Amino acid sequence: MFSLEGSLDLPLIWFGLLVTALFLYVLLDGFDLGVGILFPFAPSDECRDRMMNSIAPFWDGNETWLVLSGGGLFAAFPLAYAILMPALYMPVILMLLGLIFRGVAFEFRFKAVKSRFVWDYAFHFGSIVAAFMQGMILGAFVKGVQVEGRSFAGHPFDWLNAYSFMTGVALLFGYALLGATWLVMKTNGITQDWARKCASYVLGYVGVFMGIVSISMPIMNSGVRDLWFTLPNFCYLLPVPLVTVALFIFIWRDLHKGVENRPFFLSIGVFLMGYLGLGISLWPWLVPFAVTFRQAAAAASSQSFLLVGTLVILPVILIYTAFCYYVFRGKASHEGYY
Amino acid sequence: MIEHLDPVLLSRIQFAFTLSFHIFFPAFTIGLASWLAVLEWRWLKTGNTVYAAIYRMWVKIFAVTFGMGVVSGVVMSFQFGTNWSAFSDKAGNILGPLLGYEVLTAFFLEASFLGVMLFGWNRVSRGMHFAATVIVAVGTLISAFWILSANSWMQTPQGFRIAENGLLYPTNWLQIVFSPSFPYRFVHMITAAYLTTAFVAGGIGAFYLWGGRHIREARVMLGMAMIMAIFVAPMQLLFGDRHGLNTFIHQPAKVAAIEGLWETQRGAPLNLFGWPDQKEETTKHAVEIPKLSSLILTHDLNGEVKGLKAWPKDQRPPVLWVFWSFRVMVGIGILMILTGVTALVLFFKKRLFETKWFQYWCAAMTPAGFAAVLAGWFVTEIGRQPYIIQGVMRTAEAVSPVQGIPIAISIGAFVITYAVVFGAGGYYIIKLVRIGPETEADVYGSHGVKGPALITDLVSEEEGQHV
Repeated sequence: MFSLEGSLDLPLIWFGLLVTALFLYVLLDGFDLGVGILFPFAPSDECRDRMMNSIAPFWDGNETWLVLSGGGLFAAFPLAYAILMPALYMPVILMLLGLIFRGVAFEFRFKAVKSRFVWDYAFHFGSIVAAFMQGMILGAFVKGVQVEGRSFAGHPFDWLNAYSFMTGVALLFGYALLGATWLVMKTNGITQDWARKCASYVLGYVGVFMGIVSISMPIMNSGVRDLWFTLPNFCYLLPVPLVTVALFIFIWRDLHKGVENRPFFLSIGVFLMGYLGLGISLWPWLVPFAVTFRQAAAAASSQSFLLVGTLVILPVILIYTAFCYYVFRGKASHEGYY
Repeated sequence: MIEHLDPVLLSRIQFAFTLSFHIFFPAFTIGLASWLAVLEWRWLKTGNTVYAAIYRMWVKIFAVTFGMGVVSGVVMSFQFGTNWSAFSDKAGNILGPLLGYEVLTAFFLEASFLGVMLFGWNRVSRGMHFAATVIVAVGTLISAFWILSANSWMQTPQGFRIAENGLLYPTNWLQIVFSPSFPYRFVHMITAAYLTTAFVAGGIGAFYLWGGRHIREARVMLGMAMIMAIFVAPMQLLFGDRHGLNTFIHQPAKVAAIEGLWETQRGAPLNLFGWPDQKEETTKHAVEIPKLSSLILTHDLNGEVKGLKAWPKDQRPPVLWVFWSFRVMVGIGILMILTGVTALVLFFKKRLFETKWFQYWCAAMTPAGFAAVLAGWFVTEIGRQPYIIQGVMRTAEAVSPVQGIPIAISIGAFVITYAVVFGAGGYYIIKLVRIGPETEADVYGSHGVKGPALITDLVSEEEGQHV
């Protein structure tokens, strides 16, 4: 049977690809979920139209990265998929329901006249539920999952606790930061002024929550503590928190100096640092602290079969995704689209 | 009571409910995307604005439908894990890569170029816009390729081995992707999607003609739809027949259920109608045509057809559902063919666009394709029971270690959400149909804004900022 097992470390490559796909999802859907979170607080209906128009051509492509992350987990690490999905049954279903409401709102609100406000709220609350559930999933994930044999063995409500509630709120603020800085870049006038205020307001909360997560993880888990706070690891890993602090300072200054584009990319940097921190802490677990990515790996032949296509197709996807962002470059108008 | 909530039954109900809703959207968008590509091509080629007007009307309906298809599809991709984790674990080595390829080769393509197709009117050249429409149409077909490949493998699995740990391992990818039932299922489903769209477009065209509105556009809609009804509907009968013969070889129990046949016999009759009774192992009130079943399935009046009693009771599918779903599907197919024949006769009498009762009939046939597609999937999916992977894994063994209560709650949530969301979607589509094609050339897209109004560079230029 055809396999690249002899020449490549397939599980590691797939782990890398999956982590990258999930990160791209967090960034891309992050800013459009963030726009949904901020939506009703905008100063006027015209601003809301503008906000909607700035993300309407992209949201569908952005959400496809979630499908790729789910599909990729199923394809490359079926055991992890089979354990995590039942463990996170309720938050996953709630996230999906949230995504349904916000997804259809894009089309429906432009068709509705009297009932437009209904879809404005569907968009807002759908985004909040989806983002909050993703945050809770993250919290449940880092606290670990109970496994027996090859399946989830915990309680249906294991995911629900104060910690996951906190991470849920944290991600709401994180996405709001991405959404606000996206709007600073893609709008102008009063929408931009308002987005700038939102971004500086949210920035503080993001900092507080990142601090809480960074402190709590080593306290909750001795493995994580040993990883970060022993020499020489401590020196190697020190740049992660330092860069994060620097990024916060730069975003703050940019927002107050009226820089338009950089805050968004610096916010991406903040997410990257947070993601790196989590990744380093949880390595090499795919189902924390029960199954590693190597234990969960699909058959070498399956990973090889999909890898061949992925290596060809993924660059093409990135190119035409970039093309689509290029087509819709510039500031969003408040007027209707197509 | 609550302790008796059966996770297997509940998961099946939830999956059937969400999937039945989801299949409406691809069944429609596969055909609609291809039709839009044809319309835009005709428009670019002939410069006739009637095609542009029809395109602009239907692309709005496409946008609403596609949005609903995306959100209901995301749900499907997670349910393999949430509700069928034992299945995901066992068959992940095989089905995972197929679904992975669907995302990589189709979903990104559709999602990215849909943006250009819907919002790019003034942003890209006409040629690029046409290319975007074609790419979206091709994307829907690629998506159908992979998901039907995965489904077909579950119906007629091959190219794998079962390891000592109970997991399935691939041995031949070509055999997996092109399992025996796949070519038949693919052709049958794509044709079904095209016919579904044709009858929707034709029905709405007929509805306009009936009311004396949008005559110019309505004639094109009805005319193009009837071309499909005349040529493609009879072909579908042939494709369906070939698919059935393939099923007879690989899943004979499904065919026995379709036929409502209990005893294995030579010269088996065809049960036209009847009421299969699973407990008493007989089909009551059967209206039979002698020997026809044998003739159709074996091309021999005295060929042997296996009856359901050839399988133990716990290996038989729910016969009543399969039996009647099949008859609904075939009945609608025959009505479609008759519609085509009538259209042909009226065309030669030069009365195709003027005959009131025919317009009424076509308008009534608007949802026919959806009913047939749904019935067809009931036949093939229920007909595979009690297996999730034919002969390899039973549905009851596939379920997640999730208790009944969370599933019962999620079913309720799905039912309410889908009723609200897809009810509203249907309402907005009806609204769009009521407005119909707008003839003014300066109307851009579904938000009814006059003139070019995209994310405009003008705004930033005025303020002296460039991004």
